[in-house]
Amino acid sequence: MPSRMSTRFVIFLVTCVALVWGMLLHAHMSRSSTGHALQERREVIRRFQLSDLCLFTDARYIRHPVAADLHTPFQDYPLSMEHFPSGSLMPVPPHLRRGGGE
Amino acid sequence: MRVIEKHRNILDFTLSSLARRKGKNLSLVFVYTFVVFLIASVTFFTHSLKTEAEVILRDAPEMMVQRLVAGRHDLIPMSYMDTIRQIRGVQSVTSRLWGYYFDPTNGANYTLLVKPEEHSTSGTILVGRGVARSVRSKQTGTIPFKTYDGSYLFLRIKEVFTAESELANADLILISEADFKRLFAYPDGYATDLVLHVRNANELPTIATKITHLLPDTRPILREEIVRTYDAVFSWRGGLVIVVLLGVVLAFFILAWEKATGLSAEERREIGILKGLGWETTDVLFMKFWEGAVISLSAFFLGILCAYGHVFFTSSMLFEPALKGWSVIYPDFRLTPVISAYQISTLFFLTVLPYTVATIVPAWRAATVDPDTVMRA
Repeated sequence: MPSRMSTRFVIFLVTCVALVWGMLLHAHMSRSSTGHALQERREVIRRFQLSDLCLFTDARYIRHPVAADLHTPFQDYPLSMEHFPSGSLMPVPPHLRRGGGE
Repeated sequence: MRVIEKHRNILDFTLSSLARRKGKNLSLVFVYTFVVFLIASVTFFTHSLKTEAEVILRDAPEMMVQRLVAGRHDLIPMSYMDTIRQIRGVQSVTSRLWGYYFDPTNGANYTLLVKPEEHSTSGTILVGRGVARSVRSKQTGTIPFKTYDGSYLFLRIKEVFTAESELANADLILISEADFKRLFAYPDGYATDLVLHVRNANELPTIATKITHLLPDTRPILREEIVRTYDAVFSWRGGLVIVVLLGVVLAFFILAWEKATGLSAEERREIGILKGLGWETTDVLFMKFWEGAVISLSAFFLGILCAYGHVFFTSSMLFEPALKGWSVIYPDFRLTPVISAYQISTLFFLTVLPYTVATIVPAWRAATVDPDTVMRA
């Protein structure tokens, strides 16, 4: 262990810079190695003629934002949450929470 | 060499000085690291998701045509296909049958799709991994669907889609046309929407204009708009999260500003003593520069390294509850890391520079005053 604090700090900085380079390298290598998965997702989109990613499934305007109605609120099943700011002020009524959505 | 040795000595002194106030400085580094971690996590996550959407959706339909009734998406008559086919430049028009099914047994929302060339056997379905995970009757491999008249339709899971495609089809159920129509009493001669292929992609906007002219109750959606929607959605989300984070960042800046601008009496006395011992004003400024640099560089590197691990190794564990929301079906996917030197340098200039500069200014004021006055104050 080096006795000078400055030496220790420089070692710490060099390690951090090396790790950031490693991070960039890992990102680059991951992109090459996940090419197959990406190709498979593209193939699914093409074969099934899909227009959206399956990221959120709680409301249809979030599941298919591309095909959603233009600014039509409360258009889904009763447990769906609004994604407009006003929706966050109005919680789900308690009698609806007893359903399977919890 | 002498310059390097001088700076090493100043750095040694700075580090010892920081170590004397260990508790205060360590908590500052911790808060600073947390702020960098949050900003970097949001940046990495939204950028990777946006890039993924852009790449995958390159193979989305060139154009979709919906029908709107009273401002809402409605079923489109198949006869519209003949009108669209007449437009010069349209290569093919196909209809899509799809819809949603809310499963009250588990609270999940499924997307049901008919694709006769992929699956046409009645009584069986092909499902996404998310659906397979959420169904209650895993042993039988059968899902009961409540039809429009209240009776039940039992469909057997024939195949589960691959894990690699989960981001595209986690909640998807491929169903035969006969079962789909039986389930919803779907009228003949109608489709959910239409999908178009054109000969020349440059003609897409012209064809879309012609469609709205010939069929005014329709809404064409171009592939370019699909990609743009995702770009906007993730930017908005990223933007919203950054707005939320702004509170944390501002609180941090107040803390940093307080520390940087208001030198404590002890620190002023230290500067006075150093000047009394023969330190030049520049040496004092170098010391303060190193003090800011040590804290901000440590926090910056620790913050971005933790953020990278968080987003790409733990699948954004901290963001998961917010992203899942009320969804019962959530795709299990790992984002492909997309980071660049540009992103890292932006984060660097946003986080390291302001703190380092803010540390030097008050020190310069204290260092230019007569040491005797500073020590007596």
